[in-house]
Amino acid sequence: MNDTPAIELKGISKAFGPVQANKDISIRVMPGTIHGIIGENGAGKSTLMSILYGFYKADAGEIWVNGQKKDITDSQAAISAGIGMVFQHFKLVQNFTVLENVILGAEDGPMLRPSLARARGVLKQLAEEYELAVDPDELVENLSVGHQQRVEILKALYRQADILILDEPTGVLTPAEADHLFRILDHLRAEGKTVILITHKLREIMEITDTVSVMRRGEMTATVKTAETSPEQLAELMVGRKVLLRVDKTKAAPGQVLLDVQNLRHVDDAGVERLKGVSLQLRAGEVLGIAGVAGNGQSELLEVLGGYADATGTVTLKGAPLPLSGAGADGSARRAAGIGHVPEDRQEEGLIMPYTAWENTVFGYHRDPRYQSGPLMNNALIKEEAQDKMTRYDVRPPNPNLAARNFSGGNQQKIVLAREIERDPDVLLIGQPTRGVDIGAIEFIHQEIIRLRDKGKAILLVSVELDEIFSLSDRIAVMFDGQIMGERMPEETDQTELGLLMAGVTEKPEGRVIDAVDASLQEKEAREAEQHD
Amino acid sequence: MDYATLLQVLDSTVRLATPLLLACLAGLFSERAGIVDIGLEGKMLAAAFFSAAIAAVTGSVWLGLLAGIAASMVMSGIHGLASITFRGNQLISGVAINFLASGITVLIAQDWFSQGGRTPSLMGGGRFESITLPFAEALRGVPVIGPLYYELISGHSILVYVAFLMVPLTWWILFRTRFGLRLRAVGEAPEAVDTAGVSVVGLRFAAIAICGLLTGLAGAYLATGLQAGFVREMTAGRGYIALAALIFAKWRPWYALYACLLFGLLQAVALRYQNIDLGGFIIPVQFMDALPYILTVVILAGFVGKAIPPRAGGEPYVKER
Repeated sequence: MNDTPAIELKGISKAFGPVQANKDISIRVMPGTIHGIIGENGAGKSTLMSILYGFYKADAGEIWVNGQKKDITDSQAAISAGIGMVFQHFKLVQNFTVLENVILGAEDGPMLRPSLARARGVLKQLAEEYELAVDPDELVENLSVGHQQRVEILKALYRQADILILDEPTGVLTPAEADHLFRILDHLRAEGKTVILITHKLREIMEITDTVSVMRRGEMTATVKTAETSPEQLAELMVGRKVLLRVDKTKAAPGQVLLDVQNLRHVDDAGVERLKGVSLQLRAGEVLGIAGVAGNGQSELLEVLGGYADATGTVTLKGAPLPLSGAGADGSARRAAGIGHVPEDRQEEGLIMPYTAWENTVFGYHRDPRYQSGPLMNNALIKEEAQDKMTRYDVRPPNPNLAARNFSGGNQQKIVLAREIERDPDVLLIGQPTRGVDIGAIEFIHQEIIRLRDKGKAILLVSVELDEIFSLSDRIAVMFDGQIMGERMPEETDQTELGLLMAGVTEKPEGRVIDAVDASLQEKEAREAEQHD
Repeated sequence: MDYATLLQVLDSTVRLATPLLLACLAGLFSERAGIVDIGLEGKMLAAAFFSAAIAAVTGSVWLGLLAGIAASMVMSGIHGLASITFRGNQLISGVAINFLASGITVLIAQDWFSQGGRTPSLMGGGRFESITLPFAEALRGVPVIGPLYYELISGHSILVYVAFLMVPLTWWILFRTRFGLRLRAVGEAPEAVDTAGVSVVGLRFAAIAICGLLTGLAGAYLATGLQAGFVREMTAGRGYIALAALIFAKWRPWYALYACLLFGLLQAVALRYQNIDLGGFIIPVQFMDALPYILTVVILAGFVGKAIPPRAGGEPYVKER
């Protein structure tokens, strides 16, 4: 057993202005292992990896690779030290072929032809060795997200990386694609490569890593063997206190149908049909979870129901039809009718970031006569109410005069939730309630959603996090390519079945699951490309 | 219209298309690398003046050419400094270059030559002479092909042949070499180039250096090939027409050739047929002169279809995680 670490970081520190992103971080990663780095948003994981890849220069500290001290000043240095990185947002040239993307920056000589020929051979070999098959002559823009990620991994392997860093690699993948990625990582480990996996998902850490380091507020709080820890312990290390990972809830008692959606269709500005006849019913006192990989029409469904996009079809709220285009089809009309909306992107749609918290607690409801004082706004009342809401929704710090952008993601989300829930809507649309939200705040937000359900409200929950869908929903609908692929009860299904539906596979495939998923996703890409032209 | 007239119009098309083509290819290199260059006009103008001025002073057109290229590359360097190094707005930097060139050429011309902002007329070795290709005289008598070879293909200055040879060369560089691959990549996704360990700044400066070289040739051709000396604003919007041709050509070298020939033809027709008499109704010369510009607008507005520019065009590259 070789006991020289593949990567050793000694006392890495990095500050951005007054913010200490990394504080004296030391870490040893042994060769042939998968090392997880877990931490909340802003804990400094990505900064640390960017230092390792030469994107940032550390203020202090040393990097040792395979027992040698390395001065990694830019990406070129990292590559020649054998480090490859798969970024969360892929660094690919969209209108280049796979082959061209792979050789870019690693060509053999001034002429392209020999480089391309050699890369074609190497790619074929890598594809067989690691289950990394991608058509080398396809344009990257025509590939599914999962395949684009394979191209990124191929790029690193083509540059003979021995150490592969993956930053939040599963965020954009279907569960089947994520499983396949983990198999690839397994192969890499078996070949003696070292993998560093950055994630905020506890389940992934438990599933694949050998050791795990936990980061909190720029510091490395612990490094433990995965086999000797538990999700609960990791969560506690991440947050700094005990966290309840399961959502406590009783069985739902669904009442009458509040929202009835039939045959909803929506075409976006580029002429692509994003909703292709969506029908669903939402009852009082239940949470209907919409599962799906981002970009399959969930956002458009929320926008149409929330009044921000036109559509055809019928939507009735408590028996009364709602206009889907023209007059009356806007956000304030929907709010007046009793549909609250927590948008998917709180920073773009949910809040006005430079405005104060108290101003943000009334947007959308600011025309309410209660808030008027003659021709002026009754700011004193709004502030008073804002203070009260912020205290009750545990917004920290509970200071209504701070601008929205000065709150953390979780606390911003609590402000939006406070605004929407306090208006007592019959139907609440919630998109990605906990995206970019710390574990501690997730606990609170989930409890609030269940509390609202128990008051007899109907909740439409859209989330790309399958764990969240499972723990909150009383019923689950899966969206793929603008359609509802099926509805399941959470206790009668599992991640595998939902994962297949999320990739548009409705029947149990013969042969390998990933092949069926790939085929379905490629078909969808082709359809979209066609519509676009 | 007889065959001889047709050949004359086409011959003139080739001459008029040459500066457009050089400028268009210059813009192609720059924009393919993600640097929008609205300063083609200014660079051409500066090159035109310095090539004519130095040729007038020294009597050598070759020294003039070098001076023109140098002037244009200095302008490119300013554009690069502003928009690559200091990440300024590329449009503003380009417009500034146009203003700078427009003013400085006339100012220096007046100071040096005192002829109202023009250079003295170039004579003898101060101009690019036309080259008679081998066998042109001998073949002249052969019907159809003879005059075609003699009139249209032979008898241009060296820069015309350089311009047309630049088309396949540009294609080859872009699509067959490592430099071309990286150049195209840096205009589409600079972050991919950066993470691959290649310098974004280096590539972009290389691209605008080529751009400066080619606009230098374009400007020198205007003042020492097409005409005999510099007059104020002699580029007359050719830089903008070259940009229009570039969009029309969808940033591809061969299409750029066709687009520039089309614009050249329009200019040639306008030159040749000043007042067209349509049986009592006379199309005025002003209209004919304006035609290339009008067509630029019409073509760009309606006939281009979906032209997808390089995705990172106009955006200074800021490294982020």
